[in-house]
Amino acid sequence: MSQARLHVVTGKGGTGKTTVAAALALSLAGQGKRVLLIEVEGRQAIAQLFGIPALPYSEQRLASAPNGGSLWGLAIDAEEAMIEYLDMFYGLKRSARGLKRLGAVDFVTTLAPGLRDVLLTGKVKEAATRTNADGHRAYDAVVLDAPPTGRIGKFLDATREVANLAKIGPINRQSVGVIEFLHASTTAVHLVTLLEEMPVQETLDAAAELAAAGFHLGAVFVNRARPDLDCSGATDLELIAAGLARADLPVAHASALAGEVTQYTARLATERENKLRLDALDLPHVQLPDRNPPVDLAELHELAEVIAESGVLP
Amino acid sequence: MSTLDLAALVRDPRTKVLVTCGSGGVGKTTTAAALALLGAEAGRRTVVLTIDPARRLAQSMGLIELDNTPHEVKGVADGEGRLYAAMLDMKRTFDDVVLAHSTPDRAEAIFANPFYQSLSSSFAGTQEYMAMEKLGQLVATGEWELIVVDTPPSRSALDFLDAPNRLGRFLDGRMIRLITMPARAGGKTGMKVMSAGFGVFAKVFGKVLGGDLLRDLSAFVAALESMFGGFRERAQQTYELLKRPGTSFVVVSSPEPDALREASYFVERLSDEHMPLAGLVVNRVHRMATPEDGSEPIGAARADAAADRLTQSADPAAACAAAALRVHAEVARTAEHGARMVRRFRTAHPDVAVIEVPALPADVHDLDGLRDIGALLSAD
Repeated sequence: MSQARLHVVTGKGGTGKTTVAAALALSLAGQGKRVLLIEVEGRQAIAQLFGIPALPYSEQRLASAPNGGSLWGLAIDAEEAMIEYLDMFYGLKRSARGLKRLGAVDFVTTLAPGLRDVLLTGKVKEAATRTNADGHRAYDAVVLDAPPTGRIGKFLDATREVANLAKIGPINRQSVGVIEFLHASTTAVHLVTLLEEMPVQETLDAAAELAAAGFHLGAVFVNRARPDLDCSGATDLELIAAGLARADLPVAHASALAGEVTQYTARLATERENKLRLDALDLPHVQLPDRNPPVDLAELHELAEVIAESGVLP
Repeated sequence: MSTLDLAALVRDPRTKVLVTCGSGGVGKTTTAAALALLGAEAGRRTVVLTIDPARRLAQSMGLIELDNTPHEVKGVADGEGRLYAAMLDMKRTFDDVVLAHSTPDRAEAIFANPFYQSLSSSFAGTQEYMAMEKLGQLVATGEWELIVVDTPPSRSALDFLDAPNRLGRFLDGRMIRLITMPARAGGKTGMKVMSAGFGVFAKVFGKVLGGDLLRDLSAFVAALESMFGGFRERAQQTYELLKRPGTSFVVVSSPEPDALREASYFVERLSDEHMPLAGLVVNRVHRMATPEDGSEPIGAARADAAADRLTQSADPAAACAAAALRVHAEVARTAEHGARMVRRFRTAHPDVAVIEVPALPADVHDLDGLRDIGALLSAD
């Protein structure tokens, strides 16, 4: 993870991977870096999170950070990426526009959905490796809000699938570059999970799949964990009642409170059990506090701070 | 503002098909399984079609691998009712559709084409479409008194209603006609009738992907074309099936803004399409315990402030109450947030019956757990 320049963030749907990706990008920007946050699923999730109008197919400044750092956002659209690609490699911009009118891109990516992923990952690579006229990298780090764990392996390795369909030709050559870049140690794949059975299982499955496919895993982000309140033994009705009386609170609440403590303890035990299952991965963990969605900018900065202090960043 | 009584719905002999839908991660599969068990234990011959159940839940129902054939679930209470469960095998179902609408030779050619693999396993909406196809098959057997279908965890719940039509539109589309033209016209003579549009298409894809790919694609589409009529007809039948009396939709959500936004879209869409909506299940609702004297629970801020004061004392009673109050504050914050989210939905959809299912302390992975959920789905 220490050399990572591209951070791929995945997780089961509903685990908050967009929030984590944005918080990670903010904390990288906080180190004085120029950081690009990318989304690929056409949800305009970045715009929603930062409270700005929908992102066009171009890089927009999202925030400034201390030490000269800055955060930029990009929503990649497969169709636009294809036109850019055809133009860049074949000078076919006009034909490409014609194809767009025909709905050809939609058609082809429907028949070979891998092609859409090839275009998306190709554009991610382009942004992450782009250099300015002075030879410096356009971005110090790129954070990708990637598809969910169920699809991540296919997404990142889509170029292989397409290479099988298109056995020859320039697409094949281009693919090799993308495959090598995504498998290099400069690309880290992070997993976001909740401490619940299904998300943890998907995290374990995805980690095994990604490792077997030769990707470098980064950190596990445990999102929305309950505070580990020390409440063992706080179920003694008489003690609670006496304490409530001292705080001028109605004593009749003692049994309700004790019931909540019992339930809370059971939930913590389930979370702990799920956390133990994650330990099998032998990856660094970052535990993020529970902030009720929709997360606002102040909370996002708070999460970025937690990530910065966790020491997982290079 | 009414409460949704799913137990009554499941027991009603007029209810034939229940479809659970909603965004991913809201407990949709568990809800479907609990409803099916409720139906079976009310004496009905019930089958539940699941899409992607949690491993331990699947095991508890005797589901070990993808299998389109319903298996009987053991451990259902004695009585007339039976519970069967199946886990959708998407590719198998697609193969069946192709076989049903094609000659064996044609089917072989289609299966062998590299494009079939991607279409059958990853066409956006294939899973949704195949779930509906499988539902049609289960209905056609006439074996079941109650069929509960879980829908795939699409990001957008709407995918599932659109899928049959989208696939039909896709197979009917302009690009398909362009691309099949050379194959239909029989080679070179067809070049004359090719539109300028196809010329552009062929030029670009020939240059980028190589000529073979385009030929493969053209052959594949031509082979599929023989089945277009069948596909469309079937999609239409499935759509009609969903509108028949006896079918009910149960929208499932969690008390989070994203999931409830999806639920809202779905509710509106069902209403636009005149599809019968039973109501909304909100899973994982955190509630504060009701005090013995029936008074309002203490608010989060007040509980935190009291805990702060008590922590300053070394007295064991103070420490104990402080710890309990901290937990209560946490529970109260979650409960207040969830209640606010659900209230927002209810205000926007005053006619939709809603039932809130309290969050359970642990995940459900056995029939007893499903039975507990079933009891919570019944309005008292």
